[in-house]
Amino acid sequence: MPMNASASRRQDLLKIDAASETERIVAGIREVVVSRFHRKGAVVGVSGGIDSAVVAFLCARALGPERVLVLFTPEADSSPESLRLGKLVAEKLGAPSQLENITPLLQAAGCYERRDAAIRRLVPEYTARHKCKIVLPNLLSSDRYPIFHLVVQAPDGNTKHVRLTAETYLGILAATNLKQRTRKLIEYYYGDLKHYVVAGTPNRLEYDQGFFVKYGDGAADLKPIAHLYKSQVYQLAAFLEVPQEIQSRVPTTDTYSLEQSQEEFYFSLSLEKMDLCLYGKNQGMPAAEIAPMVGLPERQVERVYALIDGKRNAARYLHSSPVLMEPIDLPLVQD
Amino acid sequence: MPDFENEIRTFIVDNFLMGRGDALRRDDSFLEKGIFDSTGILELVSFIENKYSIELEPDELVPENLDSIALLARFLEHKLLLRNPVSELIGSPSSGRSSL
Repeated sequence: MPMNASASRRQDLLKIDAASETERIVAGIREVVVSRFHRKGAVVGVSGGIDSAVVAFLCARALGPERVLVLFTPEADSSPESLRLGKLVAEKLGAPSQLENITPLLQAAGCYERRDAAIRRLVPEYTARHKCKIVLPNLLSSDRYPIFHLVVQAPDGNTKHVRLTAETYLGILAATNLKQRTRKLIEYYYGDLKHYVVAGTPNRLEYDQGFFVKYGDGAADLKPIAHLYKSQVYQLAAFLEVPQEIQSRVPTTDTYSLEQSQEEFYFSLSLEKMDLCLYGKNQGMPAAEIAPMVGLPERQVERVYALIDGKRNAARYLHSSPVLMEPIDLPLVQD
Repeated sequence: MPDFENEIRTFIVDNFLMGRGDALRRDDSFLEKGIFDSTGILELVSFIENKYSIELEPDELVPENLDSIALLARFLEHKLLLRNPVSELIGSPSSGRSSL
């Protein structure tokens, strides 16, 4: 297939009617907030990224901007740019906002100390002045297991890559997951205070592949864009006139002190390519069909398909509600 | 030469199967059987490196080396043979066995 035809088909695959999709989601938000949960508005934790901005815009359209609380929860490792961009969302919407720096809560919970202690098991010279992130190596060129590596940057700029051990990986993960769970704690504080729902902000890629923290950013009363691929979220952002700076910002997880691109989490693929692979897999498209559109050899698309399956298996635990030993029937009473 | 199969089986059964490993066969794929997740692979790699005092290279961290008791045992035999002459492995005090 010629490249231009591939590019054209690539754009068509994930193309949505942004106006009608917006109306559908807006109607859904109203139904959930008002009719099902009888709440008065929505709390949206806004990170400065595209997903949370789109959710805030959708909630404002559904409920009115005065019934959306835009919440900023930066911490010591957050980029100042994230807060600046987040504030643009509240300003553009004319929605009330609240700033809660969660660093003291995280310090009290030992988040940073516990993380640093875990890192020092592998990198003894690590101090609070070092920076770090965890990344996946390129997994497409071989059948290598998806094993995370730790990247540490010394104050003089020198970086070190180390393969993680299970003990260190779990130590870092457990400590950094306190960030997402603390954010959710604050979101639900405001949800209770104002009798609002808490809106979650995962896109389809994150929801499907389990790129969230259980009872952290995975917790919410509704997830208005969980069915949308990342490139569809961008289409909605353009339609909703989300500030251009947010639309053009390179996605980041904003969790580690060293900037970690989302691509370093997604099998070394760009989000656009990851979107296409996930779509192709969901539609039952053979790797050979999607490969020219993604611009990868068929073998590598097959590899991505296998990695998607692996992540889905791991995500089953993340999606699972508490398991009961026997079903309990709770009849709904109409009010 | 250590009894790799037995030592690996004991580790897998104790750490991932809560001691219930009767159904685990030497050729069962860890991935296909869902015996462990990506964290489990880290545990397995740490176990191998510590137990046999070796370092696994990035290119060696592939299912064809690590995805069953039999594959792993064969991989370790080759790896340790490359590192040490056979004569050193036979009856080696560090192995604690003389199964060759």
